[in-house]
Amino acid sequence: MNPIVKQLLIIVVIFGGAMSASAGLIWLERRLLSLWQDRYGPNRVGPFGLMQVVADMIKIFFKEDWIPPFADRMVFVVAPAMLVVSVLMSFAVLPVMPGIAVSDLNVGLLFFLGMSSLGVYGIALGGWASNNKYALLGAIRATAQMLSYEVFMGLALMGVVMISGSFNLGRIVVAQEKMWFCISQFPAMVVFIIAGFAETHRMPFDLPEAESELIAGFHTEYSGIKFGLFFVGEYLGVTMISAMIVTLFFGGWHGPLLPPIVWFLLKTLIFISGFILVRASLPRPRYDQLMAFGWKVLLPVALVNLLVTGAVMLAKGV
Amino acid sequence: MTDQPEAIQEPIIDQLRARFADAILAQQQTKDNIPTLWCRPERIGELLRYAKTGVAQPFRQLYDLTAIDERWRTHRDGQPAADFTVVYHLLSHERNADLRIKVPLTGEFPRLPTATGIWSAANWYEREVWDMFGITFDGHPGLRRILLPATWQGHPLRKEHPARATEMGPFQLPEEKQIREEDALRLNPQEWGLDAKGGNTDLMLLNLGPQHPGTHGVFRIALLLDGEEIVQTVPEIGFHHRGAEKMAERQTWHTYIPYTDRIDYLGGVMNNLPYVLAVEKLAGITVPDRAKVIRVMLVELFRIASHLVWYGTFVQDVGAMSPVFYMFNDRERIFDIITAITGGRMHPSWFRIGGVAQDLPQGWEKLVEDFLRPMPEHLQSYNKAMMENSILKARTQGIGRMSLDEAIDWGVTGPNLRACGLEWDWRKKRPYSGYEQFEFEIPTAQCGDCYDRSLVRIEEIRQSLRIIEQCWKNMPAGPYKADHPLTTPPRKERTLKDIETLINHFLGVTWGPVLPPGEVSVGIEATKGNTSYYLISDGGIHSYRTRIRTPSFAHLQQLPELCRGLMVPDLLAIIGNLDYVMADVDR
Repeated sequence: MNPIVKQLLIIVVIFGGAMSASAGLIWLERRLLSLWQDRYGPNRVGPFGLMQVVADMIKIFFKEDWIPPFADRMVFVVAPAMLVVSVLMSFAVLPVMPGIAVSDLNVGLLFFLGMSSLGVYGIALGGWASNNKYALLGAIRATAQMLSYEVFMGLALMGVVMISGSFNLGRIVVAQEKMWFCISQFPAMVVFIIAGFAETHRMPFDLPEAESELIAGFHTEYSGIKFGLFFVGEYLGVTMISAMIVTLFFGGWHGPLLPPIVWFLLKTLIFISGFILVRASLPRPRYDQLMAFGWKVLLPVALVNLLVTGAVMLAKGV
Repeated sequence: MTDQPEAIQEPIIDQLRARFADAILAQQQTKDNIPTLWCRPERIGELLRYAKTGVAQPFRQLYDLTAIDERWRTHRDGQPAADFTVVYHLLSHERNADLRIKVPLTGEFPRLPTATGIWSAANWYEREVWDMFGITFDGHPGLRRILLPATWQGHPLRKEHPARATEMGPFQLPEEKQIREEDALRLNPQEWGLDAKGGNTDLMLLNLGPQHPGTHGVFRIALLLDGEEIVQTVPEIGFHHRGAEKMAERQTWHTYIPYTDRIDYLGGVMNNLPYVLAVEKLAGITVPDRAKVIRVMLVELFRIASHLVWYGTFVQDVGAMSPVFYMFNDRERIFDIITAITGGRMHPSWFRIGGVAQDLPQGWEKLVEDFLRPMPEHLQSYNKAMMENSILKARTQGIGRMSLDEAIDWGVTGPNLRACGLEWDWRKKRPYSGYEQFEFEIPTAQCGDCYDRSLVRIEEIRQSLRIIEQCWKNMPAGPYKADHPLTTPPRKERTLKDIETLINHFLGVTWGPVLPPGEVSVGIEATKGNTSYYLISDGGIHSYRTRIRTPSFAHLQQLPELCRGLMVPDLLAIIGNLDYVMADVDR
């Protein structure tokens, strides 16, 4: 096959896959939540209520595209797109099966961290441009939370990088052929998963939009498709973080019998469901408690993990 | 607030009479046997302070403060002349006794010194009296309208104020009026005593509500924030005001019952109970045992229903989204029973003067049994999921803490008071409707914070289950309605046998029962605290004055104290935890 055509095909498939995954997630989350909450959830439109997503999309596309008169128009419009684009960009470095990734970047991991840092701009600017006090509070919370948890996220991953000797995500997966990093890098995995929740600002770290406190937080003033984009961004983030957990700690595409892509998707789906289960079961900590937990617990854990990993590697003489 | 033992009444009256001989104008005998003294307006502050601090076993709680427009009243035998009367209802937990002090006032818009310096709770109560009657309290820190909009003309509980739309002419909303009304809703920080330029930092003024997902109804709070830290809080209520007390003056004694259901709309027939108990006391009706036990059973079912709503919404305010569904499912099981018995769900209006509307249907035992069996296990699992969760503990322990003294000073009652360590439950202390025959405990806690208040309520659900089980096992046989001429609707069996009974029945049904003149106040341990109905009959088919003392009103007033120095999420946790219903606050 022509390499350009092949590359285009990969881009289209991964882009389409990510977008439809985030759309499917809307359905999955609602059905799973209702399963755990003793109710039915959307089950009327199409088989198992699957077409509900389509119905919702049509609705949200046809809603009035309203911008509050007091908002900063330009930033207000750009902000949701920034969030979605930054998350979508990080899908580029994701190796879904051996040799298949949009870009086999040798600093893929750094690219991922960079893109997830950029995501905070979408939220901060969205909250700021809304010119609404609740949105402002949400945006401030989001910024503080995501910046702090970025630190532990990055630090937690350094152990993985040290062992695999590469920032290339494909090579990190290959390095897990014998043993998944979730065993050797257990503390790092825990820190990464928790930081991942904070990065996607999902329950219990959904403080930026804590509906009982801040109404809808940073996207209080948003409606229609712009509001929808924030949601797409959130679900893309959940998919991305789940995929990263799988890639970095659970052997990526590795697994017996089934083809690699199936393993990869299956593992990702399990972690996505985990995200939803956590949302169904936990209350929300307070903002200062969240920050204290990050700096006083996660940071030391990540640092000690790094230290121990280094010591072990030195002792083994790798 | 059933009849009080004579022994403890006399000393306080004697003490007050001895000390304030020149100030006390009269002693009034009321149907509820609460010692009632009339005091001169000039000495009232002194007398109240003495009752609060001077006597042994003092009256530390201002339970209620209200007024009566006396100008159209005909039966005032032995009472000092007055155009308006301000009534202070005091409560002593040590004595388990009440004291009612009345102050006669003359003139169209009389004045009286404030009691805010004596009880913190007096603040909102005095504002309400000003709002409703136009009585000015000199020295009050902010005598503004509280339940009605600032633009309201007149004081509705005055007798000359119209009660029906037909008395007021057609409603019109021209544009300039709409603009004026909307302007009046604008947040005016100066008027509310909020200073955004305090100290070195600029503070942020945040308007929370009246439309906000966390305020549990139409409730508005103006917050002064330093970052997310709360510097000052000013609650504004009244958006849910329906004029329930005014309506009582135009409905008959019987037709007012459905209005009571909607006072605390989560409490259903719990609201009927103090009202019908008060009316029965005025009428002198003794309710048969079966009716009493049916009432207790329904009331306790509603207590559980209300506590379940509180439980679910409270943990949802702290961020847990699932439990509310489990609790509403359980509540739905309660409503299945309520529907089978009454035909209604949230507002069955099932109690009648002298009994209940109908006998229990066949097969009710099975329904109650099916509800009782799985509940303890459900509660256990909710406890495990929520109350033992470390995030929830971190969010609620030590948050919104009140000491016992503060709680009493602010007029706090019910589970919120018990969470401060005082074992105080009227079902035990002053049993009504046959509660003395039931075995149950009064749960208490020590810290008075959000977590402890939750523990108390959850244990109350268990105790209510015990009471319902006893009702289910020991439902007495017999009539469900008293055999008394004032029972409404009256019994019909003998109407076709003699003309007197027929006439009585006819009048009771068409007109409504005519209650003898008198005053009575009956309080019960309702879902959220103590609710009492203070009824004054002038010998007619409607009440001359109905005062509804609700627990939510007092609890909400304390909010600024509870959340000072905390953060916005704490405020929402406290709001969710205090367990109020705006309909209960605003009436």
